[in-house]
Amino acid sequence: MKLDILNNVFIKERRLLLELSVPASFKSALPGQFIHVRFEGSYDPILRRPFSIHDVCESRKKNKLTLRVLYEVKGKGTQLLSQKKPFSELDCLGPLGHGFDLDGIPQAKKVYIVAGGMGVAPLYFLAKKLADNPACPADRREPVVLIGAKTKNDILCEKEFKDLGCEVRVATEDGSKGLKGRVTDLLVDILRRTRDEGRGLPIGKAGTIYACGSKPMLAAVFVIAYKYKMQAQVSLEEFMGCGLGACLGCVIRTNSGYKRICHDGPVFDASDIIWKE
Amino acid sequence: MKPKLEVDIGGLKLKNPVMVASGTFGYGGEFRDYVDPSKLGAIVTKTITRHRRDGNRPPRVTETAAGMLNSIGLQNNGLDDFIENKLKNYKNLGAKLIVSIGGETDDEYAEMAKALSSFKEVAALELNISCPNIEYKDKIIAQDRDLTLRLVKAVRRVTSLPLIVKLSPNVCDITRIAKAAQDGGADAISLINTLLGMAIDVDKRKPVLGNITGGLSGPAIKPIALRMVWQVHNMVSVPVIGMGGIMNARDAIEFIIAGASAVAIGTANFVNPGVSLEVLEGISSYLEEQNFKDVNELIGSLNVS
Repeated sequence: MKLDILNNVFIKERRLLLELSVPASFKSALPGQFIHVRFEGSYDPILRRPFSIHDVCESRKKNKLTLRVLYEVKGKGTQLLSQKKPFSELDCLGPLGHGFDLDGIPQAKKVYIVAGGMGVAPLYFLAKKLADNPACPADRREPVVLIGAKTKNDILCEKEFKDLGCEVRVATEDGSKGLKGRVTDLLVDILRRTRDEGRGLPIGKAGTIYACGSKPMLAAVFVIAYKYKMQAQVSLEEFMGCGLGACLGCVIRTNSGYKRICHDGPVFDASDIIWKE
Repeated sequence: MKPKLEVDIGGLKLKNPVMVASGTFGYGGEFRDYVDPSKLGAIVTKTITRHRRDGNRPPRVTETAAGMLNSIGLQNNGLDDFIENKLKNYKNLGAKLIVSIGGETDDEYAEMAKALSSFKEVAALELNISCPNIEYKDKIIAQDRDLTLRLVKAVRRVTSLPLIVKLSPNVCDITRIAKAAQDGGADAISLINTLLGMAIDVDKRKPVLGNITGGLSGPAIKPIALRMVWQVHNMVSVPVIGMGGIMNARDAIEFIIAGASAVAIGTANFVNPGVSLEVLEGISSYLEEQNFKDVNELIGSLNVS
């Protein structure tokens, strides 16, 4: 489908916020789902690029919503995307994929959101969905958000999460802001202090961690979640072929064989994934 | 008057010459939001093997200039699962169903062909003897004339379904293999499968693909595919199904002019999931504009004088 570009602006160094006008059907889009973007008129790059949904919000246009994509210029595709101007069109498929499962939230004791670098992109949408969910007990509607990045300039969405009412804590690898270290160090730090609460509970009941970031980071999140008897839902990133589950190009090893990141994921229960390379 | 689009692929009658290539359309359902498969001439399933295959370790796909490399490694749940769980989904397909089969021995191919022949949903079989991502005693069958002849004969003995043999471009002279397939009893030849290639991550000094090498597809390979379709069309008497980098109707028309009786869309399905029907419409408009009453008049109409 062809979507109108409303805005496409640099917000911090190499990162941009893209706004698209989407049909009202996107109301049912789930955090963790993605759109698959084509760069028309080009055979190089030829394949589409997946971008997670950063936000879906109201629009002044009738029967339309505004979809936001937060992305970083990294290669040929994102370079081309960064040059797209408002009032032009973008060929997109979506929303695609299996998103975060929010059903267990009311039962979960604690909710943590853990983002590495650009991992904030789908997690902001998740936090917003939690904040808007009346079925969600108040403390879980405003979860603790942990953001990690290389330097303070790479920390994104801190204010946006705070505006939702979340408690935000930050870690940077160079120590320029917050804890010096990784976001998983922050997670351990917090869980260690609340450790007793999880004792004696079956896995998952102690709480849920929603995470997005690099594969090594997510593997570390899984180890921590296991230790503290928490459930972890992680969103994986991979280069994709079709994005529809047909080509079997973007697979990850799981306890029940290879699964498609584009269709069975990108969000998986961390305990299903075989993390060892 | 609308031009006639029916073609006959060695006994397999298609309402139009547009198909989707094996491995690029899943089992059909994955594309249901984008393509009405009943409008296509045929769909070719992802290759199934006798037993379940996990496939190759990831990464399995990467992009190259005007193309992509894949090393999926024929991940599938095997013949029994296909028959029990997938075949029923094709009952009211509307398009002809061509089941692609792959194996490690002649017996395996024959066993699968025999089993599939008893289902009326199956209109034809495509023998994938050219997947570059698996090995059959250290080589691809389609790289060896004698192995090709022997295998096609073995399958021919057990099935009366139209038999399509899919060839590899990774050979010195594809016409020799095409001839062997025809001599073995093939009803049609499809070509080309992917070209073996690779990509390297220079920062890590490691191969990009988990399987090191993979099959190249997309517009980058179209000129090679076109040349091979033309050569094979000139060599054999059975119909040829052309594929390799077809992105739009004009690409498809080139293949038909070169001698393809039908065309298959592969990588382009990933770029634009609705492309196969756009190609079909484009072929029809072209025929009308050029005053062809029947697509068969266009097949092999290349003027080399």
